[in-house]
Amino acid sequence: MANHQLNSGNPRVDIEYRRKKNAEDMRYQIVSFSLMMFLTLIAFAAVAIKGFEATFIKPFIILLAAVQVIFQLYYFMHMNHKGHEAPKLFLYGGVTVGFTIILTFTTIIWW
Amino acid sequence: MSTYAKKQGFGATLWDFLTTVDHKKIAILYLIAGGFFFVVGGLEALFIRIQLAVPNNDFVSAGLYNQIMTMHGTTMIFLAAMPLIFAFMNAVMPLQIGARDVAFPFVNALGFWLFFFGGVFLNLSWFLGGAPDAGWTSYASLAVASKGHGVDFYLLGLQISGFGTLIGGINFLVTIINMRAPGMTYMRMPMFTWATFVTSALILFAFPPLTIGLVLMMFDRLFGAKFFEVSMGGNTIIWEHLFWIFGHPEVYILILPAFGIFSETFAIFSRKRLFGYSSMVFALVLIGFLGFMVWAHHMFADGLGPVTNAIFAVATMAIGVPTGIKIFNWLFTMWGGSVKFTTPMLYAVAFIPSFVAGGVTGVMLASAAADYQYHDSYFVVAHFHYVIVGGVVLALLGGTHLYWPKIFGTMLNETLGKITFWLFLIGFHLTFFIQHFLGLWGMPRRVFTYLPGQGFETANMVSSVGAFFMAAGVIVLLINIITTSVKNVRVGNDPWGDGRTLEWALSSPPPFYNYKQLPLVRGLDAYWIEKMEGKKGLTPAEPLGDIHMPNSSFLPFMMSFGLFVAAFGAMYHGEHGTWAFPVLFLGLAITLGSMFLRSVKDDHGFHIHKEDLMDDDEKGVKA
Repeated sequence: MANHQLNSGNPRVDIEYRRKKNAEDMRYQIVSFSLMMFLTLIAFAAVAIKGFEATFIKPFIILLAAVQVIFQLYYFMHMNHKGHEAPKLFLYGGVTVGFTIILTFTTIIWW
Repeated sequence: MSTYAKKQGFGATLWDFLTTVDHKKIAILYLIAGGFFFVVGGLEALFIRIQLAVPNNDFVSAGLYNQIMTMHGTTMIFLAAMPLIFAFMNAVMPLQIGARDVAFPFVNALGFWLFFFGGVFLNLSWFLGGAPDAGWTSYASLAVASKGHGVDFYLLGLQISGFGTLIGGINFLVTIINMRAPGMTYMRMPMFTWATFVTSALILFAFPPLTIGLVLMMFDRLFGAKFFEVSMGGNTIIWEHLFWIFGHPEVYILILPAFGIFSETFAIFSRKRLFGYSSMVFALVLIGFLGFMVWAHHMFADGLGPVTNAIFAVATMAIGVPTGIKIFNWLFTMWGGSVKFTTPMLYAVAFIPSFVAGGVTGVMLASAAADYQYHDSYFVVAHFHYVIVGGVVLALLGGTHLYWPKIFGTMLNETLGKITFWLFLIGFHLTFFIQHFLGLWGMPRRVFTYLPGQGFETANMVSSVGAFFMAAGVIVLLINIITTSVKNVRVGNDPWGDGRTLEWALSSPPPFYNYKQLPLVRGLDAYWIEKMEGKKGLTPAEPLGDIHMPNSSFLPFMMSFGLFVAAFGAMYHGEHGTWAFPVLFLGLAITLGSMFLRSVKDDHGFHIHKEDLMDDDEKGVKA
């Protein structure tokens, strides 16, 4: 109602807990960041190293990209935290609809 | 209170509506604009039926017939049914969830003005060299080859009004997710709010494909691109896919709010809780989900191949299951209820057989093999008019009677309402029932005339007579609206006497801040619960305090007006480059300038103070 400040000046905020939680988050972020770097290196390597067919490289890179998007959303954009149920629902809803459309187009228009 | 209530002149009222960000006033704007386009689309329907009443008629020429037919479909779907649905969503949904407004009031106003200017732009085509003439689906090969600027009006007009619909849908989603009153869990939301939620999600996913399709075709027609030009390596089928990926969810965008209005009507006038509430929610969500998986059933005759046709045929038939769940739940709601046949209830009861008839022909059309027979015949016309008129239009007319007191504070005359209902219902079945047979006898759709001696004469005459019954019904409704407004007999909070959801606990029309104190929702049909416990009003969830309100703004109007101006520049740049380019840039400058102004100007709104909210007697007690 009247402008209550809900986020600051609250005496019951547990600073110790917050600090621990933040440290944990930071650890996850660094782990996922190094994983993403690693995946990017693999993607470059797949193209650079001779001997892989284009039919293998293309889906492989797309797969790596999908994994990176998930890392990005869940760890860097905090979708793994609570309170993101509605964005998740709509994100996955959109992905489902988009995937159906692409699947249909690739099978009946561009085959 | 007295500080806010003042009598206004006409100029002040007009300015108030041009700048308003209040969801209740925007609802009235949608109702007026949508009602106007409904009448325009209805007149076009009458011209169609006059032309087809007798064989070899020359009431309109073949070219003009194509324009009238195209504009009838486009106007009725985009400029009449959608805005009228938005009118009810705006008027009722925030009240039903116990909110003071939608999440983004400014964006709400912007959505209306975008729709309005898009619609005006589209209809100006009548005066500027001819309307679009490629059908409301505007299939690419035909539309790209269409002479003149008709189809350009279609592309640019729908693009602008489509933006408005999209941001309106997003606004409703955010509102329902974030602004429900304390205690209003998802499974306590009224059915109309649920319908608004699912509809808005469909808008969110369905409109971008339309936007893309319109952009591609705009580039083909105005800027020399070849996306749909087969001889240049394009693909004309992609337009059909993009259009129907939008177009099929679009028909659910229209019908789901209609289901919502009828769910409310059945519960109110059966004086019973809606039967099978959770299965109703489930069916609603399932229909919304399946709506995206069936678009190719509009393209069975394209030659997509038997596997594709079979998959989409089965998916389409699956939609009959959740729809059947809803039909039975409505029947069971009435079963054992103490049913009152008011005007809205008559519409609701008549909707069930009418809509089921449309649904049955839908399943017939969904059988891909049989569809080759029905394809492009009047059978299809009969089918979609049975679902759209028998479902959506009956809901809009019923909803107009049901929510009129909540929107305007007066009660539409029941006798005139029932006359409207019977004229419209009889006219509707007279017009469209016979068209099933016309189609099965072989009359193709989208033809401007037919020859005598083919056995189509009597049926077409019957159909045309029916159209005039519907027109008479709408005229009686307009008379009803005028007399009611002139008499101006004010009604109380719950004029139907059996309101169940939160909106009926508020005065009619509600104060501009809706709820003095946000209500505490203690279950489904929150107001009914309070009434059954003998309470007069809602249980408040918070102490009385200052209310933060948004300021009115003229910027939404200007942003939309800029796009309207720019559209003329984009359309005429080919042959009138000297003035068209400056107009294009002027229009974009108006829009972007207004957006810039909105961004740099701090607008914190204002507060209604606690003292102004207290009634005189409350002050007396506390002073």
